Amino acid sequence: MAPPTRGSANLLPLKERMKIPRQAMPEQPAELRITNFDEVNLGYSEELARQEALRCLGCAKPACSVRCPVGVKVPEFVELIVAGDFRGAAAKMREDNVLPAVTGRVCPHEDHCEGACLLSKKVKPLGIGYLERFIADYEQRMGVLSPVKAPPSGKKMAIVGSGPSGLTVAGDLRQKGHAVRVFEALHELGGVLVYGIPEFRLPKRIIHQQLDYMRAMGVEFETDVAVGRTVTVDELMEEEGYDAIFIGTGAGSPLFMNIPGEHLNGVYSANEFLTRLNLMKAYLFPYYDQPVLDLRGKDVAVIGGGNTALDAIRSALRLGARKAYVIYRRSEAEMPARAEEVEHARQEGIAFWMLTNPIEFLSDGKGWLDGVRCVRMELAEPDASGRRRPVPLPGSEFELPLSVAVLAVGTSANLLIQRTTRGLETDKRGYIQADPLTQRTSRKGIFAGGDIVTGSATVISAMSAGRRAAKSIHEYLTTGES
Amino acid sequence: MFRILQAEFLAPGIKRLVLGAPRIARKHQPGQFVIVRVHERGERIPLTIADSDRERGVITIVVQSVGKTTHLLNSLEPGDSLLDVLGPLGKPSDIRAVGTVVVIGGGVGTAMAYPTAAALKRVGNRIISIIGARTKEMVILEDEMCAVSDTLLAMTNDGSYGDKGIVTDKLRDLLESDTRIDMVLAVGPVVMMKAVAEVTRPRHIRTIVSLNPIMIDGTGMCGGCRVLIDGKSQFACIDGPEFDGHRVNFDILLQRNATYQKEECRLMAEFRRPQTACSGPVADARAPGLVPQSGGS
Repeated sequence: MAPPTRGSANLLPLKERMKIPRQAMPEQPAELRITNFDEVNLGYSEELARQEALRCLGCAKPACSVRCPVGVKVPEFVELIVAGDFRGAAAKMREDNVLPAVTGRVCPHEDHCEGACLLSKKVKPLGIGYLERFIADYEQRMGVLSPVKAPPSGKKMAIVGSGPSGLTVAGDLRQKGHAVRVFEALHELGGVLVYGIPEFRLPKRIIHQQLDYMRAMGVEFETDVAVGRTVTVDELMEEEGYDAIFIGTGAGSPLFMNIPGEHLNGVYSANEFLTRLNLMKAYLFPYYDQPVLDLRGKDVAVIGGGNTALDAIRSALRLGARKAYVIYRRSEAEMPARAEEVEHARQEGIAFWMLTNPIEFLSDGKGWLDGVRCVRMELAEPDASGRRRPVPLPGSEFELPLSVAVLAVGTSANLLIQRTTRGLETDKRGYIQADPLTQRTSRKGIFAGGDIVTGSATVISAMSAGRRAAKSIHEYLTTGES
Repeated sequence: MFRILQAEFLAPGIKRLVLGAPRIARKHQPGQFVIVRVHERGERIPLTIADSDRERGVITIVVQSVGKTTHLLNSLEPGDSLLDVLGPLGKPSDIRAVGTVVVIGGGVGTAMAYPTAAALKRVGNRIISIIGARTKEMVILEDEMCAVSDTLLAMTNDGSYGDKGIVTDKLRDLLESDTRIDMVLAVGPVVMMKAVAEVTRPRHIRTIVSLNPIMIDGTGMCGGCRVLIDGKSQFACIDGPEFDGHRVNFDILLQRNATYQKEECRLMAEFRRPQTACSGPVADARAPGLVPQSGGS
């Protein structure tokens, strides 16, 4: 498993490596960053990256790679960083990960590579995410080499949705020489990476760079196409001659809580709030035309404990909110958000109402949100998700004054494609059924992956599905068998 | 880019644009809409498709200028282009032979009611159209509506054309004259659709309205267009835009459509020439589907 040169660059004995502290990520100070939408993390310098890379124990059986959804060869790229071969490290990374600058920023590394790192048994884990980001950014600064174009295979592939799963499939299949066209409903490419994740966590230029790279590879993109309405999957296959289709349309529609007052002005879904800010750039209103409510001096709360919730409330803070709360019905231990985002949110002064659930949004009598009535919760036995089930504490109701509330309580399947495609089987919640190993659907030649199969998950799990799909689609396109 | 092939004013501030959109023209059915973005920093607004021609690969939209984006749209001429046009979105109208249908178009709502009226006529319904406008020069698409109607009745607020009054006056006249009515389709300002629904409710006449909430993506992703139907949230973009008027909570719709009034005024104030001040609420001056619903321009 280990390459012959392994261990040659890092001359430090293992004990010495463990004495090096985990190198902190340079970041914008909290008091400054809450006044802007610029990126919070500033990235490692070359020195910091090499110092951090020296900490890698170079395990013979690297658990980090095993736990990575796309199987990035971590010790090998880290070794190349130690050796100072940053471009080589980037190339090594690209073998398994087509969007390293994205995952280096938004992947929950503590749940994957860093959670598996042997160092974490004694000291802090290797900063794999930080190193991943460093080499992706280094490559971008130095200029990405033009991708090698494979000879054309003569096969035509349509991809529905330009989010992380679709882009992964597009990149992988284009590398194999297939003609690839990506259809996107919105006017911008990138899916959740552009409408969902804010600039301060994932700058749009990072997406644009990745898209430029894919265009250079020969991937074609068509925006303003809502597959299912503008054209159906069946029409793409039968009339436009696509040999296979990948459906990666994402998580779908926002859920609401079905509690009184949800229709008051000032109650947003996180999808709407974030779309206004990220896709439509409402934080630059009126330079951009799409507005968002003026939050200056207002009290704002987000309901939910995931990354989307934190993205929304940290955005609200940057728009000038006076008080910013996270209201979450379980405790911090159950929060699905990345640890770093929770930490950043705390530094920025966001208040956490844990074990708290809204039961009614209160009106000012003129149709506008004026407050929220909540109930305190306690945790009972674990539920189907494995997390302890929150139950309300009787008599614990209280009210919180509030001008704007953002609901980040999950999503449900958007059925547009399922309803307009013949014979495409779904589960009882409406998500497309796909084989977990091959991403094949019930229809020959149609594959699916990402949130439209699993329900809301992470960028990296969508990329991982894309990777598996690309493998089986390539097999299908070359053999006709799936 | 979507190129404009024809452009003409139907009435002061109401422009008809015919644009090249072959994919949309091919799939369009009556009752559906598009989401339009005019320029790089522009907002996304929904507009009803007033007509389409598959052979020519064109669709028609009718735009009343009420805010910045619709002003921009009204300034466009043949040869200009729209940056983004997404569609056709929303569920198509339910086209069935039911007998006699009264089609009510209020203001620019007439343009949106037109394709559905035509389709209802084609399947054999008797069509009685009532088109309403403030004054004579604001009456639009009378010839087109006439061509798909068995009877066409015009109403103006000032009596300068047709009968003096509002569309519900005429609807009441029809009901009191014992005209048999099997269904009503009402498209216009929210207050008009609400009033129509109240007239037909006691008589249990099926009444379809086309709603115009604030909307961004138009594909069910953002939930901004949620409307209260029988006390439950539905998304106008994927569950509508047409709903049973007797189940719609119009007051919530009116209230939610006024969300960005302040921002709309500010946008217009910066866009318009100095002499035009922003005057009061604009939210319900809009007709459904045909004017921007999002951030209202």
